[in-house]
Amino acid sequence: MATQIKNGFYEPGRSKGLLDLFKHSYLLSLLRRKEVKVRYRGSFLGLLWTYIKPLTTFIIYYYFVGKIMGADRLNEHYAIYLFSGLITVQFFNETFRNCTKSIRDNAPLVRKIYLPRELFPIASWRVAITHFYPQLIILLVASIIQGWYPGPLNLLAVILGFLLVSGLAIGAGMLFAAMNVFYRDAENFVELITMITTWFSPVLYKWGMIEQHMPGWMFSIYMVNPITQAVELFHYAFWWPTSVNFENFGLYLPSHFNRDILISLAIVAIMMVVGQIAFRKYEGRFAQEL
Amino acid sequence: MKKSANSNPVIKIEHVDKYFRLHHNYSLKDAFVNLIKRSKRDNSLFHALSNIDFNINEGETIGLVGVNGSGKSTLLKCISGVIKPDKGKVLVKGRIAGLIEVGAGFHPDLTGRENVFLNGAILGMTKEQIQKKFDQIVAFSEIPQFIDTEVRFYSSGMFLRLAFSVAIHSDPDIFLIDEILAVGDAKFREKCLNRIKELSKEGKTMVIVSHAEQQIRQLCDRAIWINKGKVEMDGDANKVMDTMNKFTGVSQKK
Repeated sequence: MATQIKNGFYEPGRSKGLLDLFKHSYLLSLLRRKEVKVRYRGSFLGLLWTYIKPLTTFIIYYYFVGKIMGADRLNEHYAIYLFSGLITVQFFNETFRNCTKSIRDNAPLVRKIYLPRELFPIASWRVAITHFYPQLIILLVASIIQGWYPGPLNLLAVILGFLLVSGLAIGAGMLFAAMNVFYRDAENFVELITMITTWFSPVLYKWGMIEQHMPGWMFSIYMVNPITQAVELFHYAFWWPTSVNFENFGLYLPSHFNRDILISLAIVAIMMVVGQIAFRKYEGRFAQEL
Repeated sequence: MKKSANSNPVIKIEHVDKYFRLHHNYSLKDAFVNLIKRSKRDNSLFHALSNIDFNINEGETIGLVGVNGSGKSTLLKCISGVIKPDKGKVLVKGRIAGLIEVGAGFHPDLTGRENVFLNGAILGMTKEQIQKKFDQIVAFSEIPQFIDTEVRFYSSGMFLRLAFSVAIHSDPDIFLIDEILAVGDAKFREKCLNRIKELSKEGKTMVIVSHAEQQIRQLCDRAIWINKGKVEMDGDANKVMDTMNKFTGVSQKK
């Protein structure tokens, strides 16, 4: 639970950070269950909401951007293209948003009982996964109907994409969770970021369309954005195997796909370290500031 | 400070200082107003604990006493790790469970049963330990018929009974108890006190914050009187209480 000093003595309230959580896996699962239960308490549809909300978003985008604005003419199986990107971004948004609020939402606990505080952002991430799974299953079923036949690389892409988004959201989430204790602005700032994420990654359109309009330096940022990479990885995993004749549409993988993925991974790793360091630096003051 | 030769400290409090900032200037608007008015930001610090230094030995039952705002609870929070001292160090040996406000981890939307498991885990119990003790916990609380009801429908007494019951069964090496002995009706209070005495006899270390003089005299071998963030007196519980009463009595007459 805490750093060992000597003769069995330790300083209470010092944790090893994220690494400490393995010992608390049972508590984590209970916290997740609590979150999910509390969120849908007194709700008739309950967990069905996790299907309804993303599907509504999907239908709106599919109809207005896909049909009316004509994005689906550019891509074969636009529905799968759109949905695979959408659930990636929404998973990021939810994790990021919930992590940021997690310390404040659990203020009574943080104030009164010492637990490794990393538990709360991580529990939020687990809640987001609970919501992500059903969407992934819908995507899977839809892809199979469209003749999805994945190779091992496609499946690997799912895992990699998931890790990229999770790591970025948790790292940034911890940083903002710590800031949110001191300044409520963090929460609003995060809302702002989540508004942008859907557009600053190739969810609704193809990345190639962006290249024509963005200045080079901005496009480079756009491409190493871990969310962009995660979305592309999900496209690669679900949409590519269903689109046999994508060459006809002039579609190709981004030119520096592999290099950009590596850069994204590095960014995520840095974000996690920064988030953890900031979190630990201010953790000692959480209880008195809340 | 008495330290017998065979004393075996489990909590070491070494020169602990704690400050709280009294005012916060948070918003941009405030900062702007201050800039224009050239008023100095009020950054005055409140010295909540100053140079607290003592050991607590294994098996001791210690009462922390003092008037409101003297720093007792702050000290308890430093021991539990909820807040960190600004200077000095707190070192502990063994698993601590803070009964600092029982039921802090209770959620009104969960049933009694779910809350028992959640809080057991929060207090550091494993799943198996909770399962093993579940019946005991419920029996102690005397509300088995409501265990599958959401806690929001509990009366405050029922709530405290269950919360206390979980805490008292969490089986730590060191108990930190803050003003919780005002729990429930007289009969249940009696039961809690007896349980605490039992645990004390079993050799558990306890740190109790209380304003109930009787409890301190009854339960504790040693008391530490904290006044304005400093240790005013440390010694036999009865003697400390007598001295403190004399002191506060005098200041009241003035």
